[in-house]
Amino acid sequence: MNFGFTEEQNLLRDQVERFMQDTCPMPRVRELSSTGGFDEALWKQIGELGWLGLLIPEAHGGLGLKWIDQVVVLEAAATGLCPLPIASHALASTAILTCADDAQKGRWLPAMASGEAVCTLGLYDDANWIDPAAITATAKASDEGYVLDGTKPFVSDASNADYLLLAVQGPNGLALAAVGKEEVAITPQPTMDSTKPMASVDVKGVHISADSLLPMTTDQLSYLTDCGALAVTAEMVGAGEAILDLTSDYAKQRIQFGKPIGQYQGVKHRLADMYVDLESYRSLCYFAGWCADDDPQELARAVSLAKGYASDAFNQIGIDGVGLHGAIGFTAEYDAQLFLKRSKWARPMFGDSDFHLDRVASLGGL
Amino acid sequence: MDFDYTAEENAFREEVRNFISENLPPKKERDKNFLNTWLEKVRAKGWVGFSWPKEFGGSAGGLIEQTILREEMALAKAPPLGTSMMGLAWVGPGIMEYGTEEQKRKFIPDILDSKVTWCTGYSEPNHGSDLAAIQCKAELHGDNYVVNGQKIWTTGAPWSQWIILLTRTQFDVESKHDGITCLLVPMDAPGVEVRPIENMAGDKHFAEIFFTDVQVPVENRLGAEGDGWKVTVSALANERSSIGEVTQMFAKLENLKELVKVTYKQGKPAQEDPSVRRKVAQFEMKIAAMKYNGLRYLTKQIKGEPLTSETSVNKLHRASLEIEMDDFAVELTGQAGLQLRGGDAAVDGGTWSKSALNWPNVVIGGGTPNIQRNIIAERLLGMPKD
Repeated sequence: MNFGFTEEQNLLRDQVERFMQDTCPMPRVRELSSTGGFDEALWKQIGELGWLGLLIPEAHGGLGLKWIDQVVVLEAAATGLCPLPIASHALASTAILTCADDAQKGRWLPAMASGEAVCTLGLYDDANWIDPAAITATAKASDEGYVLDGTKPFVSDASNADYLLLAVQGPNGLALAAVGKEEVAITPQPTMDSTKPMASVDVKGVHISADSLLPMTTDQLSYLTDCGALAVTAEMVGAGEAILDLTSDYAKQRIQFGKPIGQYQGVKHRLADMYVDLESYRSLCYFAGWCADDDPQELARAVSLAKGYASDAFNQIGIDGVGLHGAIGFTAEYDAQLFLKRSKWARPMFGDSDFHLDRVASLGGL
Repeated sequence: MDFDYTAEENAFREEVRNFISENLPPKKERDKNFLNTWLEKVRAKGWVGFSWPKEFGGSAGGLIEQTILREEMALAKAPPLGTSMMGLAWVGPGIMEYGTEEQKRKFIPDILDSKVTWCTGYSEPNHGSDLAAIQCKAELHGDNYVVNGQKIWTTGAPWSQWIILLTRTQFDVESKHDGITCLLVPMDAPGVEVRPIENMAGDKHFAEIFFTDVQVPVENRLGAEGDGWKVTVSALANERSSIGEVTQMFAKLENLKELVKVTYKQGKPAQEDPSVRRKVAQFEMKIAAMKYNGLRYLTKQIKGEPLTSETSVNKLHRASLEIEMDDFAVELTGQAGLQLRGGDAAVDGGTWSKSALNWPNVVIGGGTPNIQRNIIAERLLGMPKD
């Protein structure tokens, strides 16, 4: 029994946090997110550091690590609200590892591990429904492969991806269609969080080769959805920690009525509650991260406990983070608001708290 | 990261389970000697004071084994391993750390053998949360301290034989944390008067205690004069992992789910009501958070990293769960939920309604939620003290 991180994992976390502070600090994040969220040089750099191939086996050029390591990177990157598509890329890697055959893995994974190709994953065709029935895009057999139809809304990082894996109803059931960015029509769908670019992807009439369709079972779809929820929760851990740090520092410095506001229990207790919630969904997130590879049977419940807790708790942390700052927190110039926006973005991703609470109830025998 | 146990740890778990199945009969089959037999047997196993050093009669057991022991005992709803909860939790560890050789010989075996029950004399009428400001006076006259003052809300006072008592031996101090002295006092000493207080659930678990010219020999002082605050703080830090507590919370959650399954609201099964399902799921989420917080803290302890105030996190969860789960069960079952034990329509024998009135035991005892929030904000987030 050891619920702690290894020396290597702690070093990795430090390395990613330092990268965010030194190479991609908040002014750079703001610049990037105002211009679509991508920077090729930064992406190449993190590719060279190995962060883009964490989950990819060594045989395909990656590091062959586990989701718990991916959680470390996503958490640390989110302390600086990293806009780069690390989570999307990791999910696409997992989708290929889960659904592809060896030839397909060999075709895609090496370029993904190095960062040469940016990939993303789009699962559902309804902005507010997580269910196999919410996949309505289709792949129909054609002479040389398949022809696609449908529009996938709110695909994360679609505008910055070279390849997209999109869930479709294929001739033999669910499948993932691999398409290149030139083949599809991508229309940005701005949301309140510009550090998380999203776009709709129109695949009407797009032809793909036979080996670009990856069959996917409903269990695999659930697994990928759970990994998505895990990735978002890991980011909520890092972002939650950052806004709590920002707010705590402010509460120590801001003097009102002759005292630092952090000395008043109205402020102090709110901060303590933020800490309790952050600490709690952090523990649940790490357990879910471990389950992804070491106890997949337990993943659904573990992820729902974590994301169910984090969705509402991080939302409240965002509100209190801004609120405890007073008017300065409300300004565009100050960073607190960016974390609040991230909390709004994270809430519905891969299931809101109601979705996950319902699943906890069902899995728990109700 | 690894949630598996070693072969030795699994063997220990198996040993505990076997012991329980052999020695813990169903409630209906237990006779009046059951508890004494149980206490003797767990003592013979070395499971009382399991983590205590062997020289004091403990087993020097490791943290994981201790966690397994607590988990399995809680799972089996076994009786406690000793009758002096406070003796085992902090009085004993305090004596082992600060006591004289004579004190260790005199007090430790009786705690382990469940011969003596201890209570804790901390709160006073004017000093509860602000504990360090206590005023109960102890003056040294010759070889005795003479104690005058009052304690209140002392849990277990009506049936305890000894009290660990915080007194003030010096009044003109710069910091209120100075000048406090810890004394070990028999409850039958002349001048000690216990007046039990009835709580809102109808129980008389706590009491006020009056001390009038009580003579306490100087050899009953624990630690140096004026070191009482240090003794108290480090003794309370001996409260270790809360894993056994988490197992109890999971058991309570299962009971709650069973209740939900047989309850009808507005003529419909309660378990089909989304708000009921989500509320129960939220309880499960918090209890699971307590579990994994606890395992993270346990890992820190095993690695030898000191815990600062992290346990306050789980104390806050426990406090809100204690209030909310019983409250939910009572509200779920309508007017029947209001009946106490013995009521013709009482739900689950009045278990929920009773504990819905008993939550302050857990929520206020050992530091109110707002005190826990102060601790977290000041010690973990670095906020300035009030």
